[in-house]
Amino acid sequence: MNIYKTKKEVSKLMFYILFACLAIVFLSPFIVMLTTSFKTLDDAFTVPVKILPRDWIFTNYGDAVERIPYWRYMGNTAYITLFSLIGELIVVPLVAYSLAKIKWKGAAIISGLIMATMMIPYTVTMIPLYRTWHALGLTGSYVPLIAPHFAGHAFYIIIMRQFMKGIPNSLFEAAKIDGANEFQRFMYLGIPMCKPALTTIAIYTFNAAWSDYLAPLIYISNKDRMTLSLGLQQFLNEYTVDWTLLMAAAVIFVLPVLVLFFIFQRNFVEGVATSGLKA
Amino acid sequence: MKKLRISRDGRNGFLFALPWIIGFLLLSLYPLIMSLYYSFTEFNFISNPEWVGLDNYKDLFGDRRFYKSLSNTCFYAFVATPILLVVALLLALIANKKFKLKGVARTVFFLPSVIPMVAATMVWIWMFDPTYGYINNFLSLFGIEGPAWLINPKTTKWALVLMGSWCTGTTMLVCLAALQDVPNSYYESADLDGANAFQKFIHITIPSVAHVLVYQAILNLINAFQYFTQVYVITTASGGNTSGASGGPENSILMYPLYLFHNAFVYQKMGKASAMAWILMVIVGLLTIVMVKLSKKATSNAGGE
Repeated sequence: MNIYKTKKEVSKLMFYILFACLAIVFLSPFIVMLTTSFKTLDDAFTVPVKILPRDWIFTNYGDAVERIPYWRYMGNTAYITLFSLIGELIVVPLVAYSLAKIKWKGAAIISGLIMATMMIPYTVTMIPLYRTWHALGLTGSYVPLIAPHFAGHAFYIIIMRQFMKGIPNSLFEAAKIDGANEFQRFMYLGIPMCKPALTTIAIYTFNAAWSDYLAPLIYISNKDRMTLSLGLQQFLNEYTVDWTLLMAAAVIFVLPVLVLFFIFQRNFVEGVATSGLKA
Repeated sequence: MKKLRISRDGRNGFLFALPWIIGFLLLSLYPLIMSLYYSFTEFNFISNPEWVGLDNYKDLFGDRRFYKSLSNTCFYAFVATPILLVVALLLALIANKKFKLKGVARTVFFLPSVIPMVAATMVWIWMFDPTYGYINNFLSLFGIEGPAWLINPKTTKWALVLMGSWCTGTTMLVCLAALQDVPNSYYESADLDGANAFQKFIHITIPSVAHVLVYQAILNLINAFQYFTQVYVITTASGGNTSGASGGPENSILMYPLYLFHNAFVYQKMGKASAMAWILMVIVGLLTIVMVKLSKKATSNAGGE
């Protein structure tokens, strides 16, 4: 009996050790990013590489934001993100309400089409869209990056539709009897009840717009109008890459996303897990 | 004569969904059709499409880099993706274990999938540095001489697999949700029958999450055909210039979408790129049909729920 117990203790300990190793492996890129950002360039290029800086310096952050127009890029990124948020938060609930709470023939058709559009690779629509925006003289502006968000992202509409389906219909019928029209029922009943789903969608949209790479890469070539994801690339384009500055720049870039993640972790996790689809 | 009447619900439903309908027509359907038309034409940024018939397709089928990019992407889809799925499942099993840090485990495994891909890729490029990178310096502690990860064409793809394993958080979460849905009573009755951990895993866990695994496998397969950002960042970094179109050492990480991008925006062969896009569309379309069929089958096998 005693041996059995110790055996169990040992295997438990082994499991904790294994988990600790795994956790370190998964966190190591974060550690590397952070510690490199406090190293001198010489230190970063000295073998054997030490995890912690030999001398801690804090000037990389100041230098990084001077090397590229960092705050301007952050402003540009924030601007795009803000308008993307406005678009999704207005349109997604409207469309989802139509699919979940209005009885009409189009709801089933649109639901099917939404699933179908999710399967269209971005590369297929990329070239015709580029040509269209080019013909309208809008390449180089933020319109091609923001406009799609005013059509509602398929994945977000599905999340929102599922959420709205969970709200009892009797509530809406009662409001209808009281004389509320469709839009009032949506606005004053639907929206307040969807706050958790709205939060989830806001977080996903923020994350997607903040991190977006391909769309800015295609549409934004003017250096003043670039986003942070493109701006970081400039460090790599130099003949010798200054990794300490790049890592400092990356830390500031990643920070808002991390903060958001830790505040709204539940929304992040539930959004993925309940739908079983990739964001 | 019968009067065509649109009900109030019909009108409201339509109006509420209108932004999406407009978006669908202008941002999905129109480009989709135009892309097919463009694949039979040739043009660059400024010129107008000129009909060339099947020339783009003929061009592609005689293009070695096209085959190279297709085979690279097939590696990622059919070798890397299954590995990543197994990794995601293992991580989910750990995060599903009853121990004090299970919340921490979930956070730690999911965290990498949250941060911007560009930033993550750059950190990995730095870690993969053969001389100054943390990975090879760590290996040298054990007397192992690490490979030149992103420089040696034999190891570049495996570097991508490593990077991908770190980023399986989304799949891990879906697996975890499926694992948590397996009723505890199954395991308890297996315990009574004297089943060991491995038997329980094979006979209870795997069948219970099979439908989710199949769905995730195909979803990840489809995503593998769109794998772009990571390789674009890596190839532009090692190329040292953005104007050139690099596919990595010996084009070993010239993924299909990357070559498509080169054709469209570097070589300005928009027609050829459109032809590539439609070949991709057909592949992804077929995979989607398989996914729908398989997931129907898997759910009906699981008792038609």
